Amino acid sequence: MTAPASPFPRPAARCAAAGAAPALRPVTAAPPRSFPVYADLCARYSGLKFSEEKSYLLEARLSAIMRREGCADLDALAAALAKDPSRLEPDIAEALLNNETFFFRDRAPFDELQASVLPRLKAARSAERRLRIWSAACSTGQEPYSLSMMFAEERASWHGWGIEILGTDLSRSALTRARSGLYTQFEVQRGLSTHRLLQHFTKEGERWRLKNDIRSRVRFLPRNLMHPLPGGECFDIIFARNVLMYFGRERKAEVLARLRTALAPDGVIILGAAETLFGFQDLFRPAAGSRGYYSPTLDITRTAICPDSRGTVHPARGEHRESPIAFPTPNQRV
Amino acid sequence: MHSCLIVDDSKVIRKVARRILEDFSFDIDEAGDGQQALDRCGSAMPDVILLDWNMPVMGGLQFLQNLRARPAEKRPTVIFCTTENDMEHIRAAMDAGADEYIMKPFDREIIKAKLEQVGLI
Repeated sequence: MTAPASPFPRPAARCAAAGAAPALRPVTAAPPRSFPVYADLCARYSGLKFSEEKSYLLEARLSAIMRREGCADLDALAAALAKDPSRLEPDIAEALLNNETFFFRDRAPFDELQASVLPRLKAARSAERRLRIWSAACSTGQEPYSLSMMFAEERASWHGWGIEILGTDLSRSALTRARSGLYTQFEVQRGLSTHRLLQHFTKEGERWRLKNDIRSRVRFLPRNLMHPLPGGECFDIIFARNVLMYFGRERKAEVLARLRTALAPDGVIILGAAETLFGFQDLFRPAAGSRGYYSPTLDITRTAICPDSRGTVHPARGEHRESPIAFPTPNQRV
Repeated sequence: MHSCLIVDDSKVIRKVARRILEDFSFDIDEAGDGQQALDRCGSAMPDVILLDWNMPVMGGLQFLQNLRARPAEKRPTVIFCTTENDMEHIRAAMDAGADEYIMKPFDREIIKAKLEQVGLI
């Protein structure tokens, strides 16, 4: 999931590498007549805003589906969508998303995690020796795998700990790629040092596959942040970077409230460098000294499913919840 | 301003790399093979060297081995930039003292990512 399509055209070299993408509509061209159909679908399906100034990206994003459905243009595809929404809606809504992500993106959040957050949580969890991390809107998996690499590189320090990393996204195709752990030459050169490439990957043809020990620490599940979370989950760290910025204020409030219920009282949520939670101080407060890091407010009644410091679990209010995810913890021990 | 020596026998590659690096405010010098590059490093050591593998006269790996064996006050960062994209070549380059490795074809984004990796931008 992560975000709707970037307003900036991709560099020419990468468009060429992508192959079949048709020429982009000129930035100055008027949106197609059917633009509101796509904007509405995006808002309903993912809660994200697809603004008019990004309408020139519609053709590029939807060209494969247009070809598959034999539609000559966007208006024809919109007509096909109206006739068969249950089949086409998920495909079109997912195609409108931008799966932009890369390994160790922005670096600073990972450095901060290692320098201050993990040592604190390690001390706080020394009895149960278990740490749960959720990478929300993880797209093709580079963020949760970056975390898994970090723990693998500190193997001795985390010996005997259960490290559970969950990656979720609403895009099924992104999750399929994430599960494969297979990345292109371009993808492994963004954010990933050559030392890490040699340490954690093997080469398969022209692509690079993450080794099993990195992949086995991460579990991927489809999840739409617009929907209620499954019950019983409690994470120590939630990565929700570069996704909230694309929600309108109301949607953002809903999503933040959900994330808040799944975060341990002493946990942290990590946002993108350009994001803040200004206006949501009732849910989160900035973590001292850590840009992009936020801690839950101390209002324990909002923690819903996470146990408080005495181990009491507070029930959720008014949301149906499915069964919590179950990690196969024994073989996830570092 | 950081200095960069681009070592590649292709004028086109040197030109493309120069344009990208100048955008990041690097002061650029060029060499067409490893021997020319060694000569350039004799007068003034650059901050970073962008290094091709296969070149006439002296290849990139031999240049790197010579460079690292040479006593010098300044240790330049070396980033290989080559079409050799298998693990054996990459490992050999890193073992010889390369700091990073770019597999061609490269673009602005990859160059930027690697320069960030080595702390030059």
